[in-house]
Amino acid sequence: MATSADHAAPAILNEVNPPELPRAVLVENNRSFTWITDKICGIIEGKTPAWWWVCFIVACFVASFTVAGITYLVATGVGVWGHANPVNWAWDIVNFVFWIGIGHAGTLISAILCLLRQKWRTSINRAAEAMTIFAVVCAGIFPVFHVGRVWFAWYLFPIPNSNYVWQNFRSPLEWDVFAVSTYGTVSVLFWYVGLIPDLATLRDRFMAAGNKLRATIYGFFAMGWRGSNRHWSNYEMAYLILAGISTPLVLSVHTIVSFDFAVSLIPGWHTTIFPPYFVAGAIFSGFGMVLTLMLPLRAIYKLEDLITQYHIDCMCKITLATGTMVGYAYAMEFFIAWYGANPYEGFAFINRAFGPYAWAYWTMITCNVITPQFFWFKKVRQNTALVWILSIFVNVGMWFERFVIIVTSLARDFLPSSWGYYSPSIVEIFTFFGTFGVFSVLFLLFIRFLPIMPMAELKAVTPQADVHGGENHH
Amino acid sequence: MSKIFPKSANRLPLQIIIFLIVLLGVVTTATNYYATPKYTRVGYAPVQPVPYSHALHVDKLGLDCRYCHSNVEKSGVANLPTAQTCMNCHSQVRTDSPLLAPVRAAYQSGEPINWVRIHQVPDYVYFNHSVHVNRGVSCVSCHGQINQMEVVAHAKSLSMGFCLDCHRNPQANVRPLDQVTNLNWNADQVKIDGKPHAEWAAEFVKNNKIKPPQSCTGCHR
Repeated sequence: MATSADHAAPAILNEVNPPELPRAVLVENNRSFTWITDKICGIIEGKTPAWWWVCFIVACFVASFTVAGITYLVATGVGVWGHANPVNWAWDIVNFVFWIGIGHAGTLISAILCLLRQKWRTSINRAAEAMTIFAVVCAGIFPVFHVGRVWFAWYLFPIPNSNYVWQNFRSPLEWDVFAVSTYGTVSVLFWYVGLIPDLATLRDRFMAAGNKLRATIYGFFAMGWRGSNRHWSNYEMAYLILAGISTPLVLSVHTIVSFDFAVSLIPGWHTTIFPPYFVAGAIFSGFGMVLTLMLPLRAIYKLEDLITQYHIDCMCKITLATGTMVGYAYAMEFFIAWYGANPYEGFAFINRAFGPYAWAYWTMITCNVITPQFFWFKKVRQNTALVWILSIFVNVGMWFERFVIIVTSLARDFLPSSWGYYSPSIVEIFTFFGTFGVFSVLFLLFIRFLPIMPMAELKAVTPQADVHGGENHH
Repeated sequence: MSKIFPKSANRLPLQIIIFLIVLLGVVTTATNYYATPKYTRVGYAPVQPVPYSHALHVDKLGLDCRYCHSNVEKSGVANLPTAQTCMNCHSQVRTDSPLLAPVRAAYQSGEPINWVRIHQVPDYVYFNHSVHVNRGVSCVSCHGQINQMEVVAHAKSLSMGFCLDCHRNPQANVRPLDQVTNLNWNADQVKIDGKPHAEWAAEFVKNNKIKPPQSCTGCHR
């Protein structure tokens, strides 16, 4: 039983007199509710900036590379991609895992940080969720077109048909179909539910400004939101339930993606560390991408009061933590390869570090293990330009991680007589390059037409919303 | 603030959901009916260069299938007869029928008659007639009652599901080897060696080790 003595401050405190550590303010400069609404809605209501058009046109041009690559593949056959025996999985799966991984930050921010009541999530969650959805779109392109005859891709789903084609439910690739489609669906729902109050705000503002067309469009998607207490009550409940549903998805999706490899018998793939290692890597790459996207947005739209240094600190620290986990996993893979005393496993890892793909391996180590270590330093975290550059390295490193895992293991497995070396074809390079355009097009449309931050939630974390004056009030 | 949507818009979500459910049902039913081989293939009866009637030759005159499709027991392919086979009879019967002019022309020139193919599995399917015929699977199982057709038509779907139905349960489609080309044979009306068909078929399948492949590579080689 607690006694009153437990609550009494230790005497030493009076001697050292520690300074009060104030809780970080999430919206700086004491901004008012109106300012937040005007700021976020202003992005949508204002004239389309010239830089947006420039970026959009460039993004469309880049996206056309994916369209061209895929058109050529469909017209010709899947052989136009560079993988062939023994490397039958290559850029297609690398790019799939890369994009799926990027999405993970969005789900983590929206679900786990919501349940853990991490209030700093509010100013980045909308954009991160959008990023998740667009990343899933980009990821889906690769496995769908890797099936070759894409018009049979529906065979992936258990639909009764006159061919009696039924899915092999023992295959992790089939689990992937369900994991990724569930993930995509829940992410869209989460994103959309969160958008409803803000869409209603936009509807009302466009109505007041006399823009009937846009008011109707936003109004349609706002589904009659009036902001009544009952609406808010239902909204909060729906949001909480979706957060609960999404939380296991954060872990499950990349776990199942890792099963694509771990369930096989290829040396370097067949390891139990894969699920946690993949999840950590996914969150690492996701936060890398969030930083890559949010820092320019913050600078362009002058959002420093909403995405504060504290937010950047938090994101950097998560990147640091997950990046270090990934580094630990790299080390542990080597340790187990030695400790397990399996010559094939041992060879697979020696081959990774010193074989024909050593250049990719050391690129990966540099980007994924060394880069995040800079985030230990406050000076680095406060240098926005440097953080942005480091986040790019994280993205590059995580792409190389998937490349190293997938290609090195397949290129040299059990039989030296069937060893090979994989290089991508120009069609693969085009297709992958273009997905950055697809992603950018979608993201640019998002920042132009949808509120990039949840206005209502932001208001709830402002100092004004805390009418009792901080958490010191008990 | 004036309202954008009329009050009836409140029912819109429900209406959209009902519409989607109905649409899904209609699309599923229509696809199942119109876009499967039991509709797209069954009934295909092209006009042939010679109006050969199976009903006349087989049912009325009693020709055996193997008189014309002579290699069906030995070959993977059930061959079409050469003009010479036709002329075995038609050099004496109806020698001046105008309908038989293409047969006589083919016989003289050596150029085969261009019959229009009706039953055709895709290139990626391996099908062997002899192995089926020699295990007691009748012509009628896949081709229907050809013996009663004036014009040959595609009678069964020949979809992969159709093949698998029998590969999973061959008992239903086996019969004594001497009855394979008897297309009027009815399993329900006869006793074989004093046993009903089902009992006989189970033993026949067991004794002859009939194990139709169900793996992909059985047919997609």
